[in-house]
Amino acid sequence: MAMTVRPVSRPRRGLLEQSYLWEVARGLGVTFRHFFINLARHCLRLAGLRAEPGAVTIQYPDEPAVLGRRARTRHRLLRRPDGSPRCTACLLCETICPARCIRITAEESPDPAVEKRAKTFDIDLGMCVFCGHCVEACPVDAIHMDADQVELAAYSRGDMIWDMPALMRDTK
Amino acid sequence: MDKTLRFTLDGRPIEARLGETVLEAATRAGVMIPHYCWHQALGNPGNCRMCIVEVEGAAKPQVSCRLPAREGLVVRSISPAARRAQCSALEFHLVDHPLDCPVCDQSGECGLQDYYMDIGRYKSAMREDKAHAGKRLALGPHIMLDQERCIMCTRCTRFVGQVSKSHELGIFGRGHRQAVDLVPGRALDNPYSGNLADICPVGALTDRDFRFQVRVWYLDSTESICPGCSRGCNIFVHTSTRRPWQNQGRRLARLKPRFSPEVNGHWICDEGRYGFLDFDSKRLGRVMRLKPVSEELSWDRAAQEVAAALRRKPVEGLAVAASGALSNEDWLAFKELFVDTLQARRFLFAPEPDQAGTEDQLLRRREKTPNLEGGKALGFGTKIESLGWDSLAGDIEAGKVWGLYVIDRDPAQAWGGRSRELLERLDLLIYQGPRQCLAGELAHYRLPATAWLEEEGHFTNFQGNVQGYQRALQPLGAAKPDWAIFADLERRLKP
Ligand code: SF4
Ligand code: SF4
Ligand code: SF4
Ligand code: SF4
Repeated sequence: MAMTVRPVSRPRRGLLEQSYLWEVARGLGVTFRHFFINLARHCLRLAGLRAEPGAVTIQYPDEPAVLGRRARTRHRLLRRPDGSPRCTACLLCETICPARCIRITAEESPDPAVEKRAKTFDIDLGMCVFCGHCVEACPVDAIHMDADQVELAAYSRGDMIWDMPALMRDTK
Repeated sequence: MDKTLRFTLDGRPIEARLGETVLEAATRAGVMIPHYCWHQALGNPGNCRMCIVEVEGAAKPQVSCRLPAREGLVVRSISPAARRAQCSALEFHLVDHPLDCPVCDQSGECGLQDYYMDIGRYKSAMREDKAHAGKRLALGPHIMLDQERCIMCTRCTRFVGQVSKSHELGIFGRGHRQAVDLVPGRALDNPYSGNLADICPVGALTDRDFRFQVRVWYLDSTESICPGCSRGCNIFVHTSTRRPWQNQGRRLARLKPRFSPEVNGHWICDEGRYGFLDFDSKRLGRVMRLKPVSEELSWDRAAQEVAAALRRKPVEGLAVAASGALSNEDWLAFKELFVDTLQARRFLFAPEPDQAGTEDQLLRRREKTPNLEGGKALGFGTKIESLGWDSLAGDIEAGKVWGLYVIDRDPAQAWGGRSRELLERLDLLIYQGPRQCLAGELAHYRLPATAWLEEEGHFTNFQGNVQGYQRALQPLGAAKPDWAIFADLERRLKP
């Protein structure tokens, strides 16, 4: 397409706008409106008159973050009743992962009913985009993103890669 | 006999030869009718009922694999009635099927999976428990059987009856207990057993060595020619480079037959199929001078030094050991370098005894290299005689040979314990090839060459068919095709 020029007219500002005083007052108006609405809500709630909660500030990271029930957090690999990993190494999660951050290698399982299991299972959380596709793809419900852990910083890229024992540590 | 008939399939005109079935004619015309038991080379028992179609004027749907094409026949394979019949056939196949696609190696190339997704009856009407049968039964060195996944198409038993004629498999029992199994006291060890994994339309028969290595949807496929013997079977090379941590890091995942009516039909032998899977082991990638001073060289420097060394003594004492592993392109450059330019007299290229093996009536040939015929076209084997390893050893011991240029061949396989002593007697030993071997360790110069999958070229098979193969993988390190190395040397040696 050929390049075209589209003229855009500058907004015209009057004296009132250029002095900023009116705009500052308007902005403070919004702030104070929220302040008093919240104050009123908290007071009414304390007095037991109204159920609607007022807004609160969370003192993160001094206080733990409150996560939604369906928040996607760090992955967890689930176990069978006998404690072995539920993953059958079908590689569907590795295939669907848009960040290509899952690496699985498979091996023969000693249990004939299981047949195939993961030998290694690594997720590079430094690359993961937390989309949850892996959880959706899994046919045996072996991977969840509900470890409720969002602080995943590490001192090196290598330490961002979680292996199978780490991903299974907090699953019963 | 060559009469052509015309019939209509789903509103499309199809041409059939006299005696052909509707399914055969449709397949030839590129129209896919679902089927399991029919195979072009194994006949049409008509037991899977998947190819069922609606025929205008007929009271009931019919199986197209047993329906001879007739002039003016009107057949529908995707009409609601035909689809309903195919759907019922599929439901019967799934009655006892474990649907363990997540662990099944066939997943991604499975006929059952494809039609199941296509026909789309995802909810089972079954209330009963599935019958259980044997899982992961190793039938022989190469093939694994899962009886639960079998749909009783009998392709495997027909293969061992009609093609390999080894009769190791049979169908035992009836009803829910019916199962494919080994004939008592036998093992599935015929030299063509690998084909069973290809013809089994589901995951009941799978390759043991491919098991759990890599998912099939990660593989790339390239058309190639098997270099295992002078038959030159047409194959697909399946490589795994997208996920390097899969397949134990090996780039070559498996070889599969490619249909060729005049060379190999639908089959390949196990020697070829499983013989090249260590493709990436012991590979050479650096251009080296090893003696007298070990040093890595550039190609330019190496070619300069090798060219000078080849001229150092009278050419009568120079022997060249090559093999039918050279492509037609390599053979031509080989001839131009050693015959036309250097005028060497001592050549060894016959397959004795290190490159000879078993042959049979079906495919395998005695010469275990793909392209002796290409050399013959240039006079190797007709005008130029090949030495034997024994006479070459005699000449080295008698001091008649001072230099040996070895191209992708291992003298140690022919000379055994004597090889080190013989090779160390030489004033000049040059080894050119893709893999390390004793000659490569003892050589003065070691030149890395690309292996078959890393170059493109042509092989001429024993019938005289010139067949091209494509490049499937990137060369390793500094490796160059043999013809390029020969051409470089020739340019420097030309008067
Ligand atoms: S959440 Fe998304 S990006 Fe992260 S591992 Fe799963 S599929 Fe990959
Ligand atoms: S999709 Fe589930 S079963 Fe398959 S490899 Fe991933 S975690 Fe394992
Ligand atoms: S094992 Fe495979 S080829 Fe043999 S009958 Fe069963 S489905 Fe057919
Ligand atoms: S018959 Fe020869 S060319 Fe064919 S697969 Fe076997 S070894 Fe390869």
